[in-house]
Amino acid sequence: MIELLNALLVIVLVLNLFALGNSRILSVIRIVAVQGALLGVIPLLVHERITTPALIAAVAAIGLKGIAIPAIMIRSLRAAEIKREVEPLVGLLPSIILGALATAVVLLFSRKLGAASEAASNMIIPASISTVLVGFILLITRFKALSQVLGYLVLENGIFIFGMLLIEAIPLVVEMGLLLDLFVGIFVISIITNHINQAFSSMDTRELVSLKE
Amino acid sequence: MGFVLILMPILMGGLAAAVPSNRLRPWLLPLTAMAHSALSILAISNPELGSSGQWLVLDPPGKLILLVVSALFLACSFYSVGYLKHRMERSNRIFVACLLVFLGVMSLVTWAHHLGLMWVAIEATTLSTAPLIYFNRSKRSIEATWKYLLVGSVGIALALLGTFFLAYSALPAGLTPSLTYSELLQNAPQLSKSWLRAAFVLLLIGYGTKMGLAPMHTWKPDAYGEAPGVVGAVLAGGVTSCAFLAFLRIYHVCIVAGEAAFVSRLLLFMGLFSMAVAGLFMIGQRDFKRMLAYSSVEHMGILMAGLGIGGPALFGTMLHVVTNGATKGVLFLSAGNIHRAYESKSTELVRGAMRRLPLSGALFLAGFLAITGSPPFGPFVSEFAILNGAFDAGRYLVAGLFLLFLLVVFVGMGKTVLKVVQGRVPSEVQDTPYRDGILTAAPILALMAVVLLLGLYIPAPLGRLLREAVAFLELPK
Repeated sequence: MIELLNALLVIVLVLNLFALGNSRILSVIRIVAVQGALLGVIPLLVHERITTPALIAAVAAIGLKGIAIPAIMIRSLRAAEIKREVEPLVGLLPSIILGALATAVVLLFSRKLGAASEAASNMIIPASISTVLVGFILLITRFKALSQVLGYLVLENGIFIFGMLLIEAIPLVVEMGLLLDLFVGIFVISIITNHINQAFSSMDTRELVSLKE
Repeated sequence: MGFVLILMPILMGGLAAAVPSNRLRPWLLPLTAMAHSALSILAISNPELGSSGQWLVLDPPGKLILLVVSALFLACSFYSVGYLKHRMERSNRIFVACLLVFLGVMSLVTWAHHLGLMWVAIEATTLSTAPLIYFNRSKRSIEATWKYLLVGSVGIALALLGTFFLAYSALPAGLTPSLTYSELLQNAPQLSKSWLRAAFVLLLIGYGTKMGLAPMHTWKPDAYGEAPGVVGAVLAGGVTSCAFLAFLRIYHVCIVAGEAAFVSRLLLFMGLFSMAVAGLFMIGQRDFKRMLAYSSVEHMGILMAGLGIGGPALFGTMLHVVTNGATKGVLFLSAGNIHRAYESKSTELVRGAMRRLPLSGALFLAGFLAITGSPPFGPFVSEFAILNGAFDAGRYLVAGLFLLFLLVVFVGMGKTVLKVVQGRVPSEVQDTPYRDGILTAAPILALMAVVLLLGLYIPAPLGRLLREAVAFLELPK
């Protein structure tokens, strides 16, 4: 089980770097969708037996992160007839290098975090923290509204990975609440991005500068 | 009882979405608010109604925030009816439905005794208020909503990571991880110190973003400036109080865990820094609604500083949540009226509000005097209690800086407010038909009466509630 889990987490980390390095928004949406769907599988691998709540959580996570949210984002990308390039603040290659560096540093230092013994054997904690950092890099270095939302999704994915360690502490109701909040959040955000696009004829958040001191 | 208080407003929100009449729909707001207030008082005064299962428990700090939220919402609900009468040109379906759902999720925050559930509720307050900020559908309101959503969501995502860290801190000690408030308090002394500290920092940033502490306050002036006045009032008095309560839970766990010194240093820094930043941005502020947003940043800073001083200042801090909530209601609602009457919120054009809107202008001025801590109003008593606590705790430097920043704010805010209310109306300002009406003035008068009352004397039941809340926080379980 643990080898399979670690293999999945490595794929998640590689997808992080793909998301940083891809120049088309549509491809990044798909990469984040695959990442989300993979994360949905993890709850089934972390513990020995597969319970009904774990199964429900897995199905809901795959459905939302892998299908529903990407579908909403692809729709709002289609509706906005914008240049579909990501146009980052830092070039794509430097941002991959930055992401890879962050991942490497976290992997190297994760042993020193004083984790509980059962968690030390797998990669959940380092994978979670480096995914959170990659989410931040995406958020900060991109200007298109949709690209920033993708950064937020990667950030959420990183937090989701950490949640895998805490199955006992997070009951099903709360887990469903977390997913519902994420879904409604993305839904509201994509409505707003559509309005940004209509009002400013662009999704470039650099246009949003009328409110400042 | 918890379920009723949480679900009733949400169901009424659903009903509001189904009502076809734009004229009748807003009346659902006062209807729900009155029922909610009555039920809240019932739940607060009867201890046997104070819990529904293990996750929904109304403890003394929760009672206090529920009271603030419910009372403020009641005043705002009547005001909304008056406000929406002037906005018949557009549908208020989403506005009314979102406000009602918002009341439901705020109640959930006050009841939640599972920190995961509480996080879900706080995030839901962000989502349900975003459409309210976007009510005016202008380019500027899109920008404000976008910043509010993005900054708020990222901040609150960090709070989730912090919540997970908090649960995880039980594992190295060999305990079962749990996010139930009572279990966390019970296990607090054994929690892993390093994970607990990391959790505290993340939660301070996360819920601090929601409260609008500097330097995470950037969304606040935009959102409060562009949203209708009544939305500003529920955000500045309701959402921030809820986020403060969420933070109070973590604070409590850390204090019980014996981390008081670490926590207090960080809180004092954040609190005083927020007060300083707010003071600086208020000087020369030409937009009177943005000015109110900075005032909110300042008062969140005061709350944090009060928690940082701890012990002797806790009573003042809890009282300040109440007085700040009520005074923010007065300020935002009267500012909303002035904004309507001038169709501008720049002090270049808005002058002589006392002549055009005698009542709202006077209330705006009184609200300013109250919020800056002038006697005989409520915030004077609470700020004085915090200051007294600082001296009692021997923190003279903190007390000195606290006073200095209050003075800076008084001068900066005073300049803007006096420009708005005094003088004569500039000739280039067009006459608008808007004048004070009973629905848009009476709720502000009621809130102002509360602010004045709290300054003169604290009613016995409220005093008891405050002492219970302080005792609860000092309880080493």
